[in-house]
Amino acid sequence: MKKYRAVVAGCSAGGMQAVATLLAQLGTSFRLPLIIVQHLHREQGEYLFRFYSSSTHLKVQEASEREKILPGNVYVAPPDYHLLIEHDETFSLSVEEKVNFCRPSIDVLFESAADVYGTALAGVVLTGANSDGALGLKRIKDCGGLTLVQRPETAQFPEMPRSALLCVHADQVLTTEEIGRFLMTL
Amino acid sequence: MTSGELEAIEIDLLLEAVFRRYGYDFRSYARASVVRRLRLLLEQSGIASVGELIPKLLHEPAFFQELLFAFSITVSGMFRDPEFFRSLRENVVPLLKTYPFIRVWVAGCACGEEAYSLAILLKEEGLAAHSTIYATDINDQALAVAKEGIYPLRQVREYTENYQKSGPHDSFSRYYHASHDHIVMNRELKKSITFANHNLVSDHVFAEMHLILCRNVMIYFDRELKDRVLRLLDSSLIRGGFLCLGTKESLRFSCGDGRHDEIDSKNRIYRKRVLEAGEGRTR
Repeated sequence: MKKYRAVVAGCSAGGMQAVATLLAQLGTSFRLPLIIVQHLHREQGEYLFRFYSSSTHLKVQEASEREKILPGNVYVAPPDYHLLIEHDETFSLSVEEKVNFCRPSIDVLFESAADVYGTALAGVVLTGANSDGALGLKRIKDCGGLTLVQRPETAQFPEMPRSALLCVHADQVLTTEEIGRFLMTL
Repeated sequence: MTSGELEAIEIDLLLEAVFRRYGYDFRSYARASVVRRLRLLLEQSGIASVGELIPKLLHEPAFFQELLFAFSITVSGMFRDPEFFRSLRENVVPLLKTYPFIRVWVAGCACGEEAYSLAILLKEEGLAAHSTIYATDINDQALAVAKEGIYPLRQVREYTENYQKSGPHDSFSRYYHASHDHIVMNRELKKSITFANHNLVSDHVFAEMHLILCRNVMIYFDRELKDRVLRLLDSSLIRGGFLCLGTKESLRFSCGDGRHDEIDSKNRIYRKRVLEAGEGRTR
C-alpha cells in the first residue's frame, strides 16, 4: 500500500510559472490529490485554470465546499476563501480573517491537512514574497508528514521558501522540476 | 493514541459542555474550522490544551462569551462580491418593487457589514421607505458592533472599490463620516436596520421574508445542519421570495433544490417557486 495519500502545495508571487513547471512533470499515473493554495487576485482565477490545464493531463479544478477529494485531481483554493480539509476528506471553506495578510492562507490549508492525513501527507512550499506556509509546513513535519521546499535560489521570489526553511528542517530542497519528479515517486 | 485523537475527544467534550451549559450547539459545525478557532483561542488565552478550557467555560460565563465571539465571527466586508450586489440590483430589485412593502433578512450578519451594504442598495433603489431589514446573529458582541456601525478606516478603500463595482447611483462617502481611525455609518442607515439575536441552529421562523441573504454562514455547518437551516430559510420565504447564498455555496448538495429557480447561478441567487410541482400547472 502506498504511504502517501495527499499532497498540499503553497505559492505566492511567481507561483503561476512554478506550479505549471511542477504540473508538467506529473504524468497520468500520478495517483494522489494535489491541493494548491495560491495567493491570487479575484480576477486571475479563470485564466489560471486554463493555463494550468494546458500544462498537465490531470484534471485541474477549483476546490468546492463539501467536495470529496479524489486521487489524481488537482485542486486550487478559490480566491478570498480559506480552504480546509475535513476528516471525511472533503473540503470546507471559511471567510475568517486573513492569516499572514492572506486569504486563502497556506498555513490554514497545511494545518488542517496535517490533522487529517498525518504521516500520509506531503507538503510543498514554492516561490513567494512572504512567509505564509512556514508554520503550516512545520505542522506537517510535526505530524510525521513529508516536507519539500523549492530551493530558494531557484525561486523567482525566494522569501517564502527561505522562511519555510528557517522554520522546518525540510526533507527535500529541490527545484520545481525535481519536486514534480519526486512527487511521481510517492 | 495520537495527540490529534486526544484533541478530538477533548473537542467533543467541550462542545457537549457548551451545549449543555449554555444551549449553544456547535456540535454540527464543520470540524476543521472549529479546531482552528479553538487553537487560536488557546493561543490568545495562554491555555495549554482544549481539555483545560472546559472547566473555565463551565464556570466563567464571561469566558464563554469570548468563545462565542471566536466561533461566530465571520469577516465580511461592505459589498463583498460586488457582482452579486450588481446582480441584486438588476435581477431582484425590479421584482421587489412590485410589492407595496418588503421584509429583508440578513441571517448571520456578524458585525453588520452586509446589512449596511444592503441598506445602502435599497435606499438607492428607492425601496428604503417600503422595507424593513432584519439582521440577526447569535453573537451579542458582534451585534453590538453592528448597531454602532463603526468600522476601521483602513477598510474604507476596499469598501469604496467594491461599492463602485456594484452598480451604484451615488458615492460611498455619502454614507459615513470619518473620525480618527474609523468610520461611523449614517444614523439614517442604522435606523433602517433592526439588529436582533437569532440562532439559526435552534430558533424558528420569525417573519415572512421577501429576500434573505445568508452568505458564507452555512459553509461552517455540516451537511445535516445546513439542510436544516436551508429548510428554516425556505419556510421563512414568501412564495416568489429570493434566497442569496455565498458565491461558493450552492443548493446542489442539499435537499433544498428542486423547489427553487436559479435567478443567477454564478452569484447564487435563487427564487422560491410560486407554484410547487404538482400544484396545478407548472410554468
